[in-house]
Amino acid sequence: MQGRNLNLAVGAFVLLGLIALLFMALQVSNLGAMSNGPTYEVKAYFDNIGGLKPRAAVKSAGVVVGRVRQIQFDDQQYQALVLLDLDTRYKFPKDSSAKILTSGLLGDNYIGLEPGGDLENLKKLRSHQHDAIGGGT
Amino acid sequence: MSGVLNSVAALGALFLQFVSALGGFALLLAKILARTAAILRRPRLIAAQVHFLGNHSLAIILVAGLFVGLVLGLQGYYTLRRYGSEEALGVLVALSLVRELGPVIAALLFAGRAGTSLTAEIGLMKAGEQLSALETMAVDPIARVLGPRFFGGLIAVPLLAALFSAVGVIGGWLVGVALIGVDAGAFWSQMSDGVDFWNDIVNGVIKSAVFGWRLPMWLSCRVTNQNQRPMALHGQQP
Repeated sequence: MQGRNLNLAVGAFVLLGLIALLFMALQVSNLGAMSNGPTYEVKAYFDNIGGLKPRAAVKSAGVVVGRVRQIQFDDQQYQALVLLDLDTRYKFPKDSSAKILTSGLLGDNYIGLEPGGDLENLKKLRSHQHDAIGGGT
Repeated sequence: MSGVLNSVAALGALFLQFVSALGGFALLLAKILARTAAILRRPRLIAAQVHFLGNHSLAIILVAGLFVGLVLGLQGYYTLRRYGSEEALGVLVALSLVRELGPVIAALLFAGRAGTSLTAEIGLMKAGEQLSALETMAVDPIARVLGPRFFGGLIAVPLLAALFSAVGVIGGWLVGVALIGVDAGAFWSQMSDGVDFWNDIVNGVIKSAVFGWRLPMWLSCRVTNQNQRPMALHGQQP
């Protein structure tokens, strides 16, 4: 009986701790909200990325449509090359443009996509060839 | 001149002592890790230690976490209100708890609550020569006595830190949303926007796990170190 009580107490403690972890994973962090759906990669060039960081949001009309995957420097064009993962659910015209915006007064930088008018959509091409979005800052 | 030399020598002795303590720590860690299989074969001993280290620390962790969250919520609100960004209260409370305060304060409270009783327990075993008696009976005291405490701490402290952070977030919510009236939607959405699962929460868990095994290890290392005789516990000079 002593052993069973001990097991019960330890089990309750461990369960409580795991519930706390789960609570933090789902409610406190962005794990639940993160869409892990299929994405396609798009390149964007910027003169100055300011404070943009990898994993920053890509929004269009205020809705998150993707994430920044990687930020590099392109020494051919002397511009910042930003690789974006866009959700495959959302298609954008080929001549869409990207802007680096700031949310709020002290908020993080994110990328705003403004759709263009082209009939053809941005799509991922074979390796090393992506559609590129010209970007202002 | 010799006074200067003496103080340099004292510094050297102090440093050597430090290095040998570090070496003893590493050796004990290696010994415990080498016996992992033998220790894990008796999970009842580990469960008893999780109960002793974890369950008994639960009350103080929960109360402290709640109050830290309440204070963070209140003070954060008054600071953020100046900049008109009370909505950021959630992310402020959650990030400071998950990244720093949770692991560190939980480990400190754990050291105060469980560390002291661990020290007393193992110290008494050493002073009563129970450890030597175990060895005489061909029972490995590292696998039988230290190992379960090592793994007990490794399991209990991350759970305690997670509970601390979760209760703290609820405390921040109590003050910020329920009492002061920050918008609940903004509170939670800004929080989940600003807190990353891998970078923030998993790192916090790893941090507290490191705190968790280090504390029982260090204590047992200090107490069982062969060079430090247990006589001091009897009030005698070694």
